[in-house]
Amino acid sequence: MPTDFTQLLGGFWLAIGATVALIMAYLCVNAILLIWLERKLSARIQRRVGPTRGPFGLVQQVYDMVKLFSKELITPDQVNRVLYLIAPVMVFAPVMAVCSLFPVSATWIFHDYNVAVVLLLAISGFNILGIFFAGWGSNNKYALLGAVRSVAQNISYEIPLILSIIPIVMMTGTLSLYGIAAAQTTVPFVLLQPIAAIIFIISATAETNRAPFDIPEAESELVAGFHTEYSGMRFGLFFFAEYSNMIIACGLATVLFLGGWKGPYLPGPVWFFIKVYALIILMMWFRWTFPRLRFDQLMKFAWMVLVPVALINLLITTLVLKLV
Amino acid sequence: MASRFDVVPDRENRDTYFLNMGPQHPSTHGVLRLKLHLDGETILSAEPVIGYGHRAHEKMAENRDFLQFLPNPSRVDYISGMIYNIGYCQAIERTMGIEVPERAEYIRIIGNELNRISSHLLWLGTFLLDLGAFTPFLYAFDDREKILDILDSVTGSRLTYCYGRFGGVVMDVDDTFLRNVSDFCTYFKTRFPIYQDLVIDNVIFHERTVGVGIFDQDLVQKYGVSGPALRAMGHASDVRKDEPYGIYDRFEFDIPIQQEGDCFARSLVRMEEMLQSIRIVEQAVKGIPEGPFMAAKVPKRIRPAEGEYYFCVESARGNFGMYIVSDGSDIPFRHKLRTPSFANMATMPDVMRGELLSDAVAILGSIDIVVPEIDR
Repeated sequence: MPTDFTQLLGGFWLAIGATVALIMAYLCVNAILLIWLERKLSARIQRRVGPTRGPFGLVQQVYDMVKLFSKELITPDQVNRVLYLIAPVMVFAPVMAVCSLFPVSATWIFHDYNVAVVLLLAISGFNILGIFFAGWGSNNKYALLGAVRSVAQNISYEIPLILSIIPIVMMTGTLSLYGIAAAQTTVPFVLLQPIAAIIFIISATAETNRAPFDIPEAESELVAGFHTEYSGMRFGLFFFAEYSNMIIACGLATVLFLGGWKGPYLPGPVWFFIKVYALIILMMWFRWTFPRLRFDQLMKFAWMVLVPVALINLLITTLVLKLV
Repeated sequence: MASRFDVVPDRENRDTYFLNMGPQHPSTHGVLRLKLHLDGETILSAEPVIGYGHRAHEKMAENRDFLQFLPNPSRVDYISGMIYNIGYCQAIERTMGIEVPERAEYIRIIGNELNRISSHLLWLGTFLLDLGAFTPFLYAFDDREKILDILDSVTGSRLTYCYGRFGGVVMDVDDTFLRNVSDFCTYFKTRFPIYQDLVIDNVIFHERTVGVGIFDQDLVQKYGVSGPALRAMGHASDVRKDEPYGIYDRFEFDIPIQQEGDCFARSLVRMEEMLQSIRIVEQAVKGIPEGPFMAAKVPKRIRPAEGEYYFCVESARGNFGMYIVSDGSDIPFRHKLRTPSFANMATMPDVMRGELLSDAVAILGSIDIVVPEIDR
């Protein structure tokens, strides 16, 4: 059994507080790190140098954070104030909740929920609501278009995403993330379920609104999509949420398909984060090499390709599990 | 008959709305404004609104003599300024009957075609940026930079060249320039397969461009479509071949044609044109003779005989025409510039109707408009 963090520190509320603080700190550091990584990586892909302030350009992010914090928070006239103001929070809050579900190693786990997979999908679904609030509340047509696209896209891609998780759940017989990771004793599931893994990573890229599926914020069409009207740290929260969502998507992929914390020589958390960041680098690689799909093509791809393939994969898995 | 700007009646009586795309928008390539009438994401009608980059070049021409207007043409279309600048010189030379030395003609060809390649490279980068691909933009600009450096070394400017003079060019080129040019040709031929494999053959690129923004054949005569947009519709029309100016008739090159008339066909035509331009440049570098680069006898005052003159060249965007009405003085009575982007962009209401919002961006990018060139 994994160590339960809720019993670790003596008090339940204390533990929750500690976890929240830990996750907040981690997400902030992570966002700064990922923005740096994305800039450096895109610069290397594009034969540029990238940020150069400080060692490896890391200080550039500090400047940018200071800039974001010090910018004026503009609330345009005619916005729906409640929706407009609540949207950045709605986008960011689920991310924090979901982060507490990941088994970083066999012992580093906040609480081993027996329905963690369902919980994760349910909570992370909330951020669509935030995006839609932002789009609707902004009273801006570009934002609205972005929000409409985002909702359609997220709902469509949730289906292949879940369909690609079900075979794993069937194979392990558990909905606990700890259980799924622990079940990959000999080989990671990516080798047993390659199709599901591919569908998962495609759907996860779409779920996180990353290129080539960054249609909700397609800046060459919709200026900035749903966050067109946001400035300062409100925009920063959307920005944070995007990178934190990448952590969630890649963390889930790591647990489901890459065996979580398992790996030789190095301790569990190190392996977990190596795998997560390797997947994130893969997603960044997608972004800087592919053009953007069109909205209708994206939907067609989800419904005509990913969903049928995922269903067939599910059927085959079922048959194999039944026969073996 | 309904005007082409009329709102298309919506049979299902669904809610529609207007979207003002531009003049400040990431992908209207400057300050073009598109009034879009949308049903969801489908474009019911599109109306380009121009004039935000108007600089009154035609009026300026009427206020100064021909030589004073010389810096202006390259400002009309700053992406392929060399072609405009030299085209203007050639127009005046034709009207005045000035003989241009061989060497100058060759230098002009090299300048023109290098400029065409740099213009197409810029198109490639920005078009892909419109489609959401960031990286090719920097590679294209990297290569374009090499051309700009080469042209900079001899003309002294990077974009708005004023290199041509009536009767030749302002400065001679040296062997370093010619060596750099032929080095660039070799280099570009190694780069071209990269663009071809990673960009043009990309599946998503196909998805976004094939069958998108098809130009109907009747638009050709209606609006006077020219350039790569016309050649992508199956018409082998190129001023360099049809009515050769300069010494283009001495060079071997093909006019790339595609039949479909969609964004993909236009892309293929432009890609192929870059290779053809390289072919021309290579021949020119090989065949460039020694000799003067400026005509010995150029009249001090340019005074075309009273009458009307028309001269057109093939710019990177299409047929660039200059219509000069002279009253016998050294100031033109009227100097009309026929710019290709204007005609090509005039088709937008017809081409965009029924397409999606994302396609509008792709179509605008694929016809390679330069907004100040539309406004002049």
